Amino acid sequence: MDATAAALLGAGLAAIGAGLAALGVGNVFASFLEGALRNPGAADGQQGRLFIGFAAAELLGLLAFVIAVLLIFR
Amino acid sequence: MAAEEGKVDPMKQFTIEPLFGSEWQLADGINIAFTNSALWMAITAILVTIFVAGGMKREVVPGRWQMAVESMTGFIDDLLEANVGKAGRKYVPYIFTLFMFILFGNLLGLVPVGLIPNVHAFTFTSHFTVTGVLAIMSFSIVLIVGFVRHGFHFFSLFVPAGTPLPMVFFIAPIEFISFMVRPFSLALRLFVAMMAGHVLLKVLASFVIAGGAGGPALGAAVGVPSFILMVAISALEILVAGIQAYVFALLTSLYINDAENLH
Repeated sequence: MDATAAALLGAGLAAIGAGLAALGVGNVFASFLEGALRNPGAADGQQGRLFIGFAAAELLGLLAFVIAVLLIFR
Repeated sequence: MAAEEGKVDPMKQFTIEPLFGSEWQLADGINIAFTNSALWMAITAILVTIFVAGGMKREVVPGRWQMAVESMTGFIDDLLEANVGKAGRKYVPYIFTLFMFILFGNLLGLVPVGLIPNVHAFTFTSHFTVTGVLAIMSFSIVLIVGFVRHGFHFFSLFVPAGTPLPMVFFIAPIEFISFMVRPFSLALRLFVAMMAGHVLLKVLASFVIAGGAGGPALGAAVGVPSFILMVAISALEILVAGIQAYVFALLTSLYINDAENLH
């Protein structure tokens, strides 16, 4: 396998990371909704924390995308 | 490499081109040409100024415009009040400017001005240089405020209260790394989120073009679904533009909270 093919394979494998981040982001919002439906009164006060969790989970997927881009345009 | 097969190069939209002043030199080798990136930043700054100035009539019974501006400032005010406390009020101008600049920049990149010939929309927030400078500004404010308010006591940020002494040697380096990574994660998040969305839209656009050129059957099977997906992704991108601006402002205010109140 030459180096270009290996890099493109690696970029494809990095997409797994993006998919896992999708699971993570879905988990964040699912848990928030579950909690919010049980106690709607407390939901509005926790939106900041919701987006902190979203940002932290999303960052890892974006990093996977950066790795893919770096491998393709290296 | 990726551009050879398709006719649409999804990375072409991020090209920075000098519009005028290519020969301007700040010093040896430092070119300060007015680029399309600078043009869109200037447009954004002007639009934000117009938006805010239009709502500063200070009428007792606010009109629609004043309500729009006041809801924006009130939103940032609440954000800082909730995350930093009373001391957060003095950061409202900075966070508000940051939020509006990023929000308008993200949204302006989605406006379909490409319909006008020879006009190309440019999302300056999809460039690491721009988001990097914004992140460095936020990080410098955190450092300056932290050291001015707490002096060398600011280093206690790296040791959470109540840490047993043997654990300090493990916790402190981890906390230090997580602190130093902040400007990178802040800048990277905004730039990658904007770039990924725009690349996705252009890739789908190339599917529409290739599907349409491949005849009616291929056009119906590939082109039409891709186009419908493009519309949906565009709606998602408007949401992402708002969320990313909010997340940037939120995380900056959290970091300022660390500097103001330590742990």
